[in-house]
Amino acid sequence: MAAVVSSAPSAAAVSAVRDTGTTVRGANDDDGVHGVLPALVAYPTSTEETSQVLRAAAAHALAVVPRGCGTKLTWGQPPSRVDLVVDLSRMDRVIDHAPGDLVVVTQAGTRLASLQQTVAGAGQRLAVDEMVPGASVGGTVAASTSGPQRVLAGTVRDLLIGVTMVRADGVVAKAGGRVVKNVAGYDLGKLITGSFGTLGVITEAVFRLHPLPAARRFVAVAVHDQNQAHEAVQSIVHGQVVPSAVELDWPAEGPGTVTVLLEGTAGGVAARTESTLAVLDRFAPEAGEQPPARWSTYPWTGGQIALKLTFALTGLPTVLAELRTLALQKSVPVTVRGSAGAGVLYGALPDGTDPATVVHVVQRLRLVCRSYGGAVVVVDAPTAVKEAIDLWGPIAAIDLMRRVKDQFDPQHRLSPGRFVGGI
Amino acid sequence: MSGTHGTTTTSGPRVGPTPPERTEATGSSNSRPEAIAAVTAVVRSMLPEDSMITDHAQLRTYECDGLAHYRVVPALVVLPETTEQLAAVVGACARERVPFVARGSGTGLSGGALPRADGVLVVTSRMRTVRQVRWRDQRAVVQPGVINLEVTRAAGPYGYYYAPDPSSQQICSIGGNVAENSGGAHCLKYGFTTNHVLGVELVTPSGEVVEIGGLAPDAPGYDLLGTLVGSEGTLGVATEVTVRLVRAPEEVRTVLAGFASTDEAGAATSAIIAAGVLPAAIEMMDALAIEAAEAAVHCNYPAGAGAVLLVELDGPATEVAHEFEAVDRHCRAHGAFEVRTATDAVERALVWKGRKSAFAAVGRISPDYIVQDGVIPRTALPKVLRAIAELSARSGVRVANVFHAGDGNLHPLVLFDESVPGQGEEAEKVSGAILDLCIEAGGSITGEHGVGIDKSAYMPRMFGDDDLDTMQMVRCAFDPGNISNPGKIFPTPRLCGEVPGKHKGAHPLAEAGVAEVF
Repeated sequence: MAAVVSSAPSAAAVSAVRDTGTTVRGANDDDGVHGVLPALVAYPTSTEETSQVLRAAAAHALAVVPRGCGTKLTWGQPPSRVDLVVDLSRMDRVIDHAPGDLVVVTQAGTRLASLQQTVAGAGQRLAVDEMVPGASVGGTVAASTSGPQRVLAGTVRDLLIGVTMVRADGVVAKAGGRVVKNVAGYDLGKLITGSFGTLGVITEAVFRLHPLPAARRFVAVAVHDQNQAHEAVQSIVHGQVVPSAVELDWPAEGPGTVTVLLEGTAGGVAARTESTLAVLDRFAPEAGEQPPARWSTYPWTGGQIALKLTFALTGLPTVLAELRTLALQKSVPVTVRGSAGAGVLYGALPDGTDPATVVHVVQRLRLVCRSYGGAVVVVDAPTAVKEAIDLWGPIAAIDLMRRVKDQFDPQHRLSPGRFVGGI
Repeated sequence: MSGTHGTTTTSGPRVGPTPPERTEATGSSNSRPEAIAAVTAVVRSMLPEDSMITDHAQLRTYECDGLAHYRVVPALVVLPETTEQLAAVVGACARERVPFVARGSGTGLSGGALPRADGVLVVTSRMRTVRQVRWRDQRAVVQPGVINLEVTRAAGPYGYYYAPDPSSQQICSIGGNVAENSGGAHCLKYGFTTNHVLGVELVTPSGEVVEIGGLAPDAPGYDLLGTLVGSEGTLGVATEVTVRLVRAPEEVRTVLAGFASTDEAGAATSAIIAAGVLPAAIEMMDALAIEAAEAAVHCNYPAGAGAVLLVELDGPATEVAHEFEAVDRHCRAHGAFEVRTATDAVERALVWKGRKSAFAAVGRISPDYIVQDGVIPRTALPKVLRAIAELSARSGVRVANVFHAGDGNLHPLVLFDESVPGQGEEAEKVSGAILDLCIEAGGSITGEHGVGIDKSAYMPRMFGDDDLDTMQMVRCAFDPGNISNPGKIFPTPRLCGEVPGKHKGAHPLAEAGVAEVF
């Protein structure tokens, strides 16, 4: 895609950012945010440095996009302008791991994988799947990615217990703390989770951890139509085996797979595996120690159209049937994978799908998902598709969201235009 | 499930010296009678006749919530039955710039529903319909006045329940739970209200009705829901709530262990957590709390115990059996001299009786008490408990400790006798010093009771000016006129800049043909 260059910031603005003492360099082609080239990239090493950089940016009205490891910068809409990328990859320290409290405090640029390695040393984990390889903690929070573990552990919003952010005006603000149970003040951690860099720059995060299970087992069944898929999922979620994950693989054609993850004590998991095999008996289930291929990954590859579908659990067969109907009528094979046990699926449309066809498919799916209290979001897609469709669909509370944005970033300089409603 | 997590209603805590009734936070009566009259006219025209209380004696029954120490008589009480009615009242308040306070069952322990003398109290107790139990979707949709335990009762026949279980669950409302982000003994494993609310229909402080979230998770856009839950009524009023239902566990087993001291019980707690066991609840009571509970309900806890630990395990039967072995082993290894197990509902209710009655029971051994709600990192338990004991010894003020040990949420009960001059002040000092200990240990001033009016003065000890200012940006986005439960949470209100003066749509009175706009 052709690079778009924002109008160059003034010499005074450039020197103000450089004068903060933070490492700053001129941007190159690799620094484009979804094709929009900044002038500068700053590498703060602390919350304080991040604050100074953002103060300088505020003084000169620079548009700022925060970046962790840069793995999801194409998600959402391209920013309307970018002068400065604030790269947090040098803030990659786990600040404190308190195993006895099951809490970890980390800088935002830390890679999720490296954080997991640190806490695994004490037999613990952050119950967040690394859905995009190489993602940072801050980026994971900002994009609120989630995977199979969400069925039991919830998502980032449920695990983030404290946050430090730098506002558009450079002011440092904290919310929450380092205890799991805490109702003092507004929960800004949840507000900033999934805000795509439009409300502030996340510099530090505190998470609650879970113990690594002593044992885990996967039970998988083949399902030949949407009704079988639904039956398998419903029999597990309403049963007594307490699954950590209930995933569905639903290729564009042919049978799908429902996979149940059981975690716990060795004896407990063995017995629960037996129960699960019994519950799923009519589907000829198989149990194994290892995750199936493509576990904890999205169904798309670069260039494809990436969708997120949400719906109440009973919407599953209707959603799956609609996908197959679309494949027949429109010749659009949609590959689907996700947490059927939570009502969240991800879909991939092939590269080169005509934008008008994508619009049609998304509209049809939105009708179905909305009738089950959910939504369809176009997570990522080629520019032509993004120009043809509202990526998020109608949002009832959009006015309130705009007002929140106006309060946090009145000049609309943080990741402008990347998020819902042009925020 | 109700038998498992049975409850006893607790009487409200009381404290000593009377605070100023007419502060910035509570407003003064008759400050703008014409504005109240205008709101009253709207209510009269749009709501049934018995939806409004104006008689002073009747208004007085709403003068406080569960923190009975603070009392303010509201200018007007309105009891709407529908979203439309509630929105009309709030809309009228917005037009007349009259503050309003939402109230559910009034069981809150931080004065969050303390009325404004110059404002309207909007009571949701007539909005009590469970609209849908969609157990196949693991959801229920309820009105805000629905009692917490009613949700569990409605879901029970399908093998489901509503997990957050504040100890007032027999009387507290879901709307109040949403406002306070209520917890309960079992939030160690299952999380708080915020983890169990998927959607709300919100009446914003300008009187508009907005859907936020819904049946499905991950609604697109900002997570406004996450900010709303726990905002203590300062961002609007929830008029419908979509909650998660949780599958009732196959097995529940409750362990009661007696220890010589809280140090040993604390060490056992740490060992259980370190072993990778995540019980549904771990509760602790110290000697004074046990004494009170025995006096009140004869719970027959292990004789001579300096501390008891109550550990509840739930889940698949085989998993519970394995976890029980670990809990039993760690309790004994850390000095438990007696370990009892309750497996059926009746036995469990007996074990829980002492714990659940503890707050009220303290009334047996002390005429007055303050209950605190500080949180500390679990590993700081021994240190902080010792510091509280020293504080108590130094000041001569007795402190009973009853708390959620698993997540470090302390509920110290500071005992005093109001009739003895000076004791109230001394108790308040000790109570404040305990909060300071929690903050120093890296904890929080409140784990589940909320800030309300009671702890707003402590917010600056935990958060800086910039932190509080940033939180209030959210408030300014939702409520620029500062009329939705003003004076709660934040010690100093933030100026929101321009207050939008736009009036959306026709004036309801004009629309109803009752009034004309000139």
